[in-house]
Amino acid sequence: MYDFVRGPLLWVAFIVFIGGSILRLAYLAYLAKKKDYTVLTYANFRAGFRSILHWIVPFGATNMRLRPVFTIVSFLFHICLILTPIFLLAHNVVWYQSWRISWWTFPEWLSDVMTVIVILAGIYLLVRRMVCKEVRYVTSASDYVLLAIAVMPFLTGFLAYHQWLAYKAMLTLHILSGEIMLMAIPFTRLDHMLFFWLTRFYMGSEFGAVRHAKDW
Amino acid sequence: MSNLLPQKWDITDIGLEEGIKRLTPDKIRTSIKKVLESEGVARINAYVNTCIHCGLCAVACHVYLSNDCDPRFSPVGKVKNTLWEMIKHDGKVSPEFMKQAAEISYTECTLCKRCSMYCPFGIDMAYLISLVRRMCHLCGLVPQYLQDTANSHSVTMNQMWVKQDEWIDTLQWQEEEAQAEIPSLRIPLDKEGADVMYSVIGPEPKFLAQLINYAAIIFNVAGIDWTMPSFDGWDNSDMAMYSGDWEVMGRVKKAHFEAAMKLKVKKIVMGECGHAFRSVYDVGNRWLGWKMHPIPIVHAIQFYAELIRQGRLKIVRKIKEPVTFHDPCNIMRGRGLMDDARYVLQQICEDFREMYPTREHNYCCNAGGGVINCGPPWKKKRVESNKIKAEQMAATGAKIVVTPCHNCHSGIEDIIHYYKLPMKNVFLIELLVECIEIPEELKA
Repeated sequence: MYDFVRGPLLWVAFIVFIGGSILRLAYLAYLAKKKDYTVLTYANFRAGFRSILHWIVPFGATNMRLRPVFTIVSFLFHICLILTPIFLLAHNVVWYQSWRISWWTFPEWLSDVMTVIVILAGIYLLVRRMVCKEVRYVTSASDYVLLAIAVMPFLTGFLAYHQWLAYKAMLTLHILSGEIMLMAIPFTRLDHMLFFWLTRFYMGSEFGAVRHAKDW
Repeated sequence: MSNLLPQKWDITDIGLEEGIKRLTPDKIRTSIKKVLESEGVARINAYVNTCIHCGLCAVACHVYLSNDCDPRFSPVGKVKNTLWEMIKHDGKVSPEFMKQAAEISYTECTLCKRCSMYCPFGIDMAYLISLVRRMCHLCGLVPQYLQDTANSHSVTMNQMWVKQDEWIDTLQWQEEEAQAEIPSLRIPLDKEGADVMYSVIGPEPKFLAQLINYAAIIFNVAGIDWTMPSFDGWDNSDMAMYSGDWEVMGRVKKAHFEAAMKLKVKKIVMGECGHAFRSVYDVGNRWLGWKMHPIPIVHAIQFYAELIRQGRLKIVRKIKEPVTFHDPCNIMRGRGLMDDARYVLQQICEDFREMYPTREHNYCCNAGGGVINCGPPWKKKRVESNKIKAEQMAATGAKIVVTPCHNCHSGIEDIIHYYKLPMKNVFLIELLVECIEIPEELKA
């Protein structure tokens, strides 16, 4: 099982993630060109990026200032979720073993802290989804599944690293959950990783260049 | 089939009651599919698949805030109860569901786009709701009063069934009224080659004719070479845009632009209206294939600010009572005239007070977007769904609220009455004409 998830399935996961992402983006570009040319007509780089900038900087938008705790939690969640797997020492070692490539790594304690942050933030998001009525109202089973998909690689990775439970099984589970997440990105609402930039850019273009108003 | 929501208000609208009788499963599905798979497919695809259901847009919506934060009135809640269900059931929804979708899209969302400023992804929920309206229109399921204005547009090219002789007669009447201030004043009709064509919305000659004479005074005092068309195209409003009848919207906008071109004017100045501005600035023109308006368009607020800055209007009096300002969505979030409006207000008011939140973030009036045009059956719901605006206005302690948009104006008027606010509701021009100097030579 370990050999399978570490070998062929890893290939599949990366191919599905990268290929799927390209396909989704290409299909959207095709649709926009064919059916909704407006979106392309009003693209404005200055206004679009200005809006993106405001929304990727913590407290850069009004709504973030209205809810400081959520803002901090969600930024930490996303930053740790993206950076930890890229700069984790163990992942780097795997890359080196397989491809003879390597790059910077975080110290292990930092990766450990960031992993815990993802897990805790995940719990916060879960509780918020169950408790806040405006969130619960629009929540379906898929939302819990998506959150689980996003947090599982960190939970299993944490347990595997500390070797508190059956190490080999946990490691296999960790790799598997990471692969599931990669494959889910292009085909679930986790695709906001790809589409955030486009939808925000378009709205920024409309507000900034046509409407002469701020959208943050 | 999806479940229906409980009724919060008991409202009967003939347009919806009769419309639902004519629905067949086939008609519903064809209408939904046309929008889902063709007209709106690209953005629906991006928006609906990207929305992570975080609920952050809720706090942006005045309808949500005014209804005790009931999540069904949040922007995403309204999309859930309309589009998500239609997509989930592949367009196979019941006539009752469509009626509910019509009620949500026409009367619970003003398309003000405030939520797009609170959604981290910038999802254009107003656009999604306008697509739902489009589906309802294609089904023939539109609130009666709104449909009637759209019919009027289609038949008369204006919103209020105003006939040409009535229009010309009204202008002459207002010319006479204005002559009380400036005896030599004229409202020049069909003057070819004038600098400015002044256009208004249908309700001005119908209910608010005095605004035309105020504008005539401003034009005359400022010495502008201006004209108004005596023929179709004088009305810049466009309720068909909001009913979802985009074909009629295109015809109406074309008539308006063509009136200006026929008169060979350099630009169009339009009265204090928000939705009309939206329709010429970023909706109707797009339908007609123009990236921007084909002829320069100046909104009244921008026009007044220019005239004061250029010294063509001299301010000699100031309003003493405390004044506050309602930012209409279509010219603030829609055109960024926040500073021009405040410049004029600072010039003519001694005590100007901001609402909070303000500028782009000001709460909607809950009358625009065609909501007030759904007519009397919906009035109670409309006013109760904007308690937050009443609280916001009351907190300023102002005695006068300036609402430079017709739909906002009527909506705010209703809010003032319903919540018994000690305030007077005016258009900017009403204060401006009180404050400008009318040169002696014009009075002679």
